[in-house]
Amino acid sequence: MSKPTDLVQGTLDLLILKTLALEPRHGWGIAQRIRQVSGDVLQVNQGALYPALHRLEQNGWIRAKWGGSENNRHAKYYSLTPAGRKYLEREEANWRRLSAAIGLVLENS
Amino acid sequence: MRWIYKSPLRLRSLFKKNWVEQELSEELRFHLENQIEQNIAQGMSPQEARYSALRQFGNVGTIKEECRDSWGMRFITEFLQDLGYGLRQLRRSPGFTVVAVLTLALGMAAAVSIFGFVDSVLIRPLPYSNPSRLMAVFKTSPLGGRQMGYSYPDYLDLERFNAAFASIAAYDGSESYVLSDGASVHRVNGIGVTSGFFRVLGVTPLLGTDFSSRSATEDLQAVPSTVILSYPAWQEWFGGKPDVLGKTVTLNGEAYTVIGVLPRSFQFAPTGATEFWTTLHPYAGNPCTSGRGCAVMGVVARLKNGITLQQASTDAQAISAQEARRYPDPDRNRGASVVPLSQAILGNIRPVLLALFAGAGLLLLIAYINVASLLLVRSENRRREFAVRGALGASRGRLVWQFVTEGILIVAASSALGLFAATLARRLLLKLIPADMLSFMPCLRGSGWNWHVAAFAMLLLLIACALFAMTPALRLPFTNLRAGLAEGNLGAAGTAWRRLGTRLVVLELATTMVLLAGAGLLGKSLYRLMHIDLGFVPGHLATLSILAPGSKYSKSAQAIALQRGIVSSLQSLPGVAAAGTASDLPVGGEGGTQIGFVDRPGLGENNAVGHIIVSPGYLSALQAQLLKGRYFNENDNAGAPLVAIINQTLVRRYFRGVNPIGRQFFYHAHGSDAKLDGPAHPTRIVGVIADVKQNALDGPVTPVVYTPFDQEPGPSFSVAVRTSQSAAAALPTLIATLHKTDPGIVTSGAATMPEIIQDSQAAYWHRASAWLAGGFAALALALSIVGLYGVIAYSVSRRTHEIGVRMALGASRGSVLRMILKEAGWLTLIGLVIGIPGSIVAGMLMRSLLFDVHSWNVLILGAIAAVLVTAALLASYIPARRAAKVDPMVALRYE
Repeated sequence: MSKPTDLVQGTLDLLILKTLALEPRHGWGIAQRIRQVSGDVLQVNQGALYPALHRLEQNGWIRAKWGGSENNRHAKYYSLTPAGRKYLEREEANWRRLSAAIGLVLENS
Repeated sequence: MRWIYKSPLRLRSLFKKNWVEQELSEELRFHLENQIEQNIAQGMSPQEARYSALRQFGNVGTIKEECRDSWGMRFITEFLQDLGYGLRQLRRSPGFTVVAVLTLALGMAAAVSIFGFVDSVLIRPLPYSNPSRLMAVFKTSPLGGRQMGYSYPDYLDLERFNAAFASIAAYDGSESYVLSDGASVHRVNGIGVTSGFFRVLGVTPLLGTDFSSRSATEDLQAVPSTVILSYPAWQEWFGGKPDVLGKTVTLNGEAYTVIGVLPRSFQFAPTGATEFWTTLHPYAGNPCTSGRGCAVMGVVARLKNGITLQQASTDAQAISAQEARRYPDPDRNRGASVVPLSQAILGNIRPVLLALFAGAGLLLLIAYINVASLLLVRSENRRREFAVRGALGASRGRLVWQFVTEGILIVAASSALGLFAATLARRLLLKLIPADMLSFMPCLRGSGWNWHVAAFAMLLLLIACALFAMTPALRLPFTNLRAGLAEGNLGAAGTAWRRLGTRLVVLELATTMVLLAGAGLLGKSLYRLMHIDLGFVPGHLATLSILAPGSKYSKSAQAIALQRGIVSSLQSLPGVAAAGTASDLPVGGEGGTQIGFVDRPGLGENNAVGHIIVSPGYLSALQAQLLKGRYFNENDNAGAPLVAIINQTLVRRYFRGVNPIGRQFFYHAHGSDAKLDGPAHPTRIVGVIADVKQNALDGPVTPVVYTPFDQEPGPSFSVAVRTSQSAAAALPTLIATLHKTDPGIVTSGAATMPEIIQDSQAAYWHRASAWLAGGFAALALALSIVGLYGVIAYSVSRRTHEIGVRMALGASRGSVLRMILKEAGWLTLIGLVIGIPGSIVAGMLMRSLLFDVHSWNVLILGAIAAVLVTAALLASYIPARRAAKVDPMVALRYE
């Protein structure tokens, strides 16, 4: 496995929000999903994940609810709020614009 | 919309902290377990899986902290944490806490309670509409600008010709009316006022109507006599019933109709607790309302918009000068002055209150300094604790904040205590003021808790907080952690504090000295006042005033007969050595008139002198000293030539080097009988007595003439009786005897002469100031002793090692004792050196309060210095002895 690259905090927020856009997940589920989808490249550290989750919750973009997990254990599920959804859209658009611009610079200089 | 989610979350993390923490732990544990499962699924053994998962998880504590940080309630939770910690710390050193809290509470109580008085008297405006525009107008006499009242015709002139006042009114001197209640008679206070009086003040009656506005000259005509009651009078005489309007009241034999009742909060300080307000009426042919010589009316006026005090003053003076030209006889040399009404009312109390406030402020300063040094000591002792905490990662801000919260806790506790004590102190102080004096200072009664006092208390609180938060924080070992952590505090790090700490205590000692000086000066002033030469013997002298119904004794013969009967019945009582009557008792007043001297026309006719009408035996009953000539006797009666006795001051002023016996003078504008005016009716001087103190104890002695009662009889006078036994016990008998002579007589003011002197205003104020100042000084001394003790004790504890070394090297116990005492001695000396000029300055500022005492009285300063030195020695002796008892071996072994 390659070393997990350091992710900027804002980017982590974006990834989390996107992961939650489909369905509610708990913290472990979010980390697993990100790892899977990125092909094991992005491995989110617990030390970054949970503070980020709590911060997003305090900011009102995600909402938490306790429920039963797959193996019937008590887990805290996070889901997106409408405000979070709007924020996600905005940030996604920003990211695409930014990465396109970086790509252009890398190609042409 | 996000706040809908945010606020409950934040509040939840504040109030349901345990629950939230538990949730967080569970969440992280869930993640961990899943990780372990994954590891096992990948082939690790359970133990390996667990270790690997834990390793990968990282520091759970840090993760939790970061989560908590994101909750945003950090500051509040940390503050609550600090408070809890601070409380525990304070509880662990109860001695320090109790001393600090009590000291600060004491200072705050003193300052806040005195400020309450200052606020209600000096800061709050008078209870009239727009009081800053209200003025009091006085006439000034040629005798050194003494303020006098207006005569009624002069007032009419002022009213007619002034250009500065929007409205103006006058009030009479306080009269005693006899209120006949059918069966019994009572003596009540009443004032005659012009019809516009309440309108000038801007006061409307609670019930009924104001006096109908009439032009001034109509005030005196035969209109139905009307009266307005004060609120207490309404309650007392009419039971507070609303049907009082239209009822009649019999005052001095005349019927008055009640037309109104004043509001409960109404007060008019110059007239005290007046119950009945009537319009001016010519009672029994009173020449005071027609002649210009009787100047007893007070004048209040409201300035017109845009007119200044200066302009009004000039205007009044111009009118007065015109009167002087037109009526040179009474009004020559009389000027006018206009002062703000507040100044006229409060002039006397102001310096006393300000001095007391300064004293309380100094006491508060000492309290602040004391607690600050205590906190400094504490912070010194905790240097190591804070060095460790700093090394473990506490931020500098956090450490400072720890001190701040401790300081806040102390300030909060002492404020609560202090404010409670202030309320009690205030009530106590008010109770100590005698009731009739309080009636002349009605503003004091209203004072309690209000915005001003609350704001002042808050200010003191904030200053204390700032002070106590800063002082220990200044000493935190931010730069030199190693020194703080080091085991042996060998004294080098302590000297900086000692320098600061000792400087503070020196300030305390100096302030205490200033307070002691103030108390000493006031005390000596009181002593001087109570031991002045009164000119008569006050002991065993019973006095009271009587008022006979004017209807029965309107003729001279009747009054003379009454007076003779009273004197003889009193003299025949057992235990009575002598009895006499006078129009005014000593320390009670002196009347007033103006005389001119036969064959000395150059002196004019307006020499103001006191005028007292006495019975023949009066002066000898007083045991006044007869210097020349004779007392009055039975021959000086109604038909005989007019005679008078004068006092020494009159001789000194007008008959220097000449024998006054046989000389003559005449009255100008005689008070009670205009027929006696003028050079055609000269009065011959038959005797000279040494000065008898007639007016206030601390007032000047004025020239006085005494004339026999038979030649100027009247229905009201005062009685003085010299008893062989206790005067107080004789009073009831005297009253009974008087009522036997005529039950219609109203007696009042029964008191012994020593009582009258003790309770006189001057004596009262001096005594109150001296006691209060003494109280402050004693408290300050106590606090300073505690402070000095603390400083020396701490210094000794820091130098234990050094002392051990000294003793091991051969120093004797005595020399160690001397060393410590020398340190204390230096502190005291510096305190004295700073304090002496401070005391002198304080004495000079207090000049107006002192009676016959120099501001820089060397004896007092020396005595205070001695007291302070003794106190300092006392304070430092115990720690010094402890230093001397140090066992060198013990001191050197333990650091």
